[in-house]
This record gives sequence, C-alpha cells and structure tokens, in this order.
Amino acid sequence: MTKTPFIKARAVSKTYIMGDQEVHALRGIDLDIAQGEFTAIMGPSGSGKSTLMNLIGALDQPTSGHMLIEGHDLSTMRPDDLADLRNRTLGFVFQQFNLLPRANALQNVKLPLRYARHRSIDADARARECLELVGLGMRMDHRPAQLSGGQQQRVAIARALAGNPRIILADEPTGALDTKTSEDIMDLLGRLNASGITIILVTHEPEVADFARRQIHFRDGRIESDTRRPR
Amino acid sequence: MKLSVAIASAIEALFANMLRSFLTMLGIIIGVASVMTMMAMGQGAKARIDAQISALGASTLTMRPGARRRGGRSLGAGAATPFTEADVKVLRSLPFAHLVSGQLNSSVTAVSGQTNWSTSLTGSDESYFAIHDWKPTQGRLFNAREVRSGAALAVVGKSIVKNLFDGMDPIGQRIRINNVPVTVIGVLEEKGQSSFGSDRDDVIIIPLTTARNRIIGAHPTTPKNVSRIELMVADGYDLKQAQNDLGEFMRERRHIKAGADDDFMVFNIADFIRARAATQSTMGVLLAFMAAVALFVGGVGVMNIMLVSVTERTREIGLRMALGARGSDIMVQFLAEALVLCGTGGLIGIIFGFAGAWVAAKTGDWALSISPQITLISLGAAVAVGLFFGFFPARRAARLNPIDALRYE
Repeated sequence: MTKTPFIKARAVSKTYIMGDQEVHALRGIDLDIAQGEFTAIMGPSGSGKSTLMNLIGALDQPTSGHMLIEGHDLSTMRPDDLADLRNRTLGFVFQQFNLLPRANALQNVKLPLRYARHRSIDADARARECLELVGLGMRMDHRPAQLSGGQQQRVAIARALAGNPRIILADEPTGALDTKTSEDIMDLLGRLNASGITIILVTHEPEVADFARRQIHFRDGRIESDTRRPR
Repeated sequence: MKLSVAIASAIEALFANMLRSFLTMLGIIIGVASVMTMMAMGQGAKARIDAQISALGASTLTMRPGARRRGGRSLGAGAATPFTEADVKVLRSLPFAHLVSGQLNSSVTAVSGQTNWSTSLTGSDESYFAIHDWKPTQGRLFNAREVRSGAALAVVGKSIVKNLFDGMDPIGQRIRINNVPVTVIGVLEEKGQSSFGSDRDDVIIIPLTTARNRIIGAHPTTPKNVSRIELMVADGYDLKQAQNDLGEFMRERRHIKAGADDDFMVFNIADFIRARAATQSTMGVLLAFMAAVALFVGGVGVMNIMLVSVTERTREIGLRMALGARGSDIMVQFLAEALVLCGTGGLIGIIFGFAGAWVAAKTGDWALSISPQITLISLGAAVAVGLFFGFFPARRAARLNPIDALRYE
C-alpha cells in the first residue's frame, strides 16, 4: 500500500487541564492513513485513541502539531469550514448511536443533508438509498425506541453514509451490542470499506479489531505498535 | 438550513414539551393581551375625544370680548365692547371663513301650560346649526329670512321635550320664554353630555333678533350686539393660522395699539379638549408601562426556558455539529423555537386582548376599537420579544465547542 497519505498527523499533542493537573492525552503523534484503508485503533482507556479520533473528526484541535485531511490543515480552518468538512468528507458512528429519539429512521438519516451546502441532493431519495444499503428498507418510519440496538446502529451508519463521505469514523461502534450483532455491523463496515470508504475504528475488542487490515495500538498517548496484515 | 424547516422542527420540539411550552407562553400571552387591551383603550378614548371635538366643531374658532381695564382695575371677562352683527358680516368676507355666526346667550325660564323649566337660551342665526353640525329629528330649523324678521320661533333640544312637554310632540306648541311666546318648529338630535359635564340638549335656540329685541335686550351702548362669534374655518386652511389671522384682523378693526393687550379672546375648542385629554392620558402611560413590564417578564421567562432547553440538548447540539451543522444553523434552530413560542403566545394573547378590550369598552362605555394595526403591533411586540430574549440562549448554543457538547453528560 503506497497510496498518498489521506490523513496526516504531524507531531500532534493534546493536553487537557483537569483542575490543577495537566493530562497528556497525546504526546507528539506522527501518523499517515491512506485513502481506502481500514484501520483499527486500540488501547486501554485513557491511552489517547478517542482523542485522536476527535482530532481526525475535526471536532477538536490539537494543543500543538498539525492535523491534515486531504492536504487541508485543520488548525488553519474557520469553524464554518470545519463544519462543512465534517458534513462533506466525514461520517461519524458513535457507541451510543446518538439518534434523535423523536425522529424516525428516515428523518434521522436525512439530518446531515439538512446541513449540506452548495450541494443539491435529493435528501429523501438519498436517505432511502442509504437505509436500503444497511438493510433497513422496511423500517424507515420506525423511531429509535422501536428498533433493536443493532438496527439503531445501522440507522446511525446510514446517517454517516448519507452525505457520501470519504471517511467514516466509528468510535466503539459495537460497544453497546452483543457478539452476533457486532459481527453484522463489522461486516457492514467491511463492505463499505470495500466500496472505497476509508474507515477508522476505535475499539478495545480484539475480535472487532480483526476486521481491520491495519491495527494501531496506543499506550500513554503514544503509538505502541502499528501493524498491517496482508490482504 | 431553511427557515421553514427550522420552524417546522421548532414546532415539533415545543410539542414534545407541551406543558412547559404552554407555561412559558403564558407570560407572553399576558403581556400581549395587556399591550393590546391598553392600545385598544387608548384608541377608544381617542375616538371619544375626536367625537367630542367634532361635535363642538373640529375647525371652529370662538371669539368673545375680553376683560377691559379701567384705571388698573380689571372689569372682568366680557366687560369690553361687545361684538356686533356688523363684525359678523365683515368676518363672513374673510377668505378663511366658511361660516360665521353671532350669538347671544342667557338663562331663562320657559313655560308650557302648567310646566316651567329653567334652561339656557341661545339666540343665533341659521349658520349656528351648520357650524355645530346639528340637525333636526323633528320639524325644521329657522332660516335667514326668519332671523332677519325676528320671527317668534324656537328650535329645542331633546331635554326640553322631556322636561317641558313630558316627551309629547312639541311641534307647533307655544311656549313662553320669560313671558314672551314663541312657537316650537323643530327638535334637535340628541348630543348628550358635553365633556365638561353639562347637558347639551337642555337648550332653546331662537333667531338672534328675536332674542335681542324681545327677551334679552340690547347692550346699553352697542345696539345689534352679539356676545360671542363662532367662525368655522374653510377647508384647506390651517386652524392655528386662522386663529392668528382672526386675532390680527380684530385688533386692527378694534383699533388696538401695538403692544397693548387684546380686549377679546379667540379660542379653539379642540385645544381645550385635547389639553384635558392629555391629563387623562397619564393613566394611559401607566397602563402602557404595566403592559411593557408584563411583556418583559414574559420575555425573561422565555429566555429562562430556552437556556434550560439549550443545556438539556447539549448532546444533540454536539451531534448536529458533528454532522456538519454550522454555528449559524444551531442559532437559527433555537431562535426559531423562541420565535414560535412567542409567536404562538402572541396569537393567543391577541384573542385574550380582544376579550380584554371588549370588557374595557363595555365598562368604560365607548365603542370597541381594535384596528388591524393594533393587532399587528401586538404580534410584532411578541415576535420582537422572542428575537430579543431568544438571541442570548441561541448564541450560547451556537458557540458550543462541538466535542464538549458531544461529550456533555
């Protein structure tokens, strides 16, 4: 794999101030992720993996160093441009699904399209297409409470797909699901990766991480190991 | 995000917390209802004052001889040389004079059969009725020829019919005014109480010449006198300007030297009533202040509940930001909620305002006066309150840091 780096981290550090104590979540990370990679980030809690995800997701800024996505340095972008980048290029999948409880599946999937600027998308058609893709074509008018955990996570994945992103960031996507459902979700992410979407996954379950071709282990804010397994 | 979408989702969000939304709206409802009632009352009172002014002649100037001084001692109002019919005639030729009428007034006792009644007598000419916009409901008015000839005719107000004729038809009846017999030829339409509390229908009006020659008597030194002249200003002339011009004209006519005081007075009745109304409007100002306070308190309630809503939905805000919402999108969403809250409260408040204005009109005994402007202003006030008090919570939501909002517990 010698594609040009798609996501670049250069000497990225993140320090939180907790009371009178400094917490070093990331200590000078250098990392390249190529387009189309399926990467799992692993490590114990507090090792900095979620912090890195938030930085890649343009939700947070590093204390020092540079984070680049498609060659754009996130630290030089304005909040509105970061919002547009999240809308256009990134899709998020969360551990707790984060669906709007009062909206049905279709409305939830349409939500990011509501914020799509300078793009003319038929939101309704696109949302239906994404729900079909995750296998929920029959449950579009169900509210989150009427769906199982696995189904809710599928809705969330459909929502992440709606904006046609190039990167999907999944933070513990199977953390709230049983083993069988977890496998279904990982199969789905694997298929999305096969269609060309770069996937970055945070997990501490080795079985889940095994779906990824590249595994990066974090410890104390540093990369401990970075291994790729052959195709 | 389109505004229509924002408003639709705002309505949805407010329905999800129906009781809370309603309680929040209550403040706005009360505020808007009081603003509306207050304005309707103000307008009703104004309409009543306008009616009073037009009853007295909206564009009428009244002129009376003033005080005269002799050796430093004031001889009191009316002591100066009276006006005459010649003055009336000259004034009729002034360009700004539409109608001019001279009058003599006196208190008299009128007798019909066994009944007698103390009332006021006005001797005047045919212009009097036109100036006062006073029409007969029965019979007719006297004309210029009858004024010239000094005919023994009388036109009476409604109160005379009631008190002297016990409500019976008085046309053709003979009454004696200070023992002078006159025939009633007309009854005037009812005018009710004046703004000064006197009964404007308790009056007998007879030709000026008849009054002077047979009942009141002429001035000892000035025959053909009149005690008061009323001048209706022609359309297109400014009342104030006419008032000045009339004063100047009379100074010259009465040979008053420059720098000397006038020996007559020119009034503008409308000014009197407006000045009196101004003192009454202190009450209106107080009401307006209370309505504004009610609306303000309602607005603070909206702001309070919007801040709670922003805090409660911090994670939702974080999620929306992660999905690509800009700060402005979040701002619009929460402003739309504040607007829908206040707009709905405003509409309900308008309904209560209608009711309030109706009750006020009933108890205050004037016509219900709610114009579209009042309704629009009330709704506008509600929307303005929504924008003003919704702005701070909405901006607070918009300025949240995406990751902090998403992680908020």
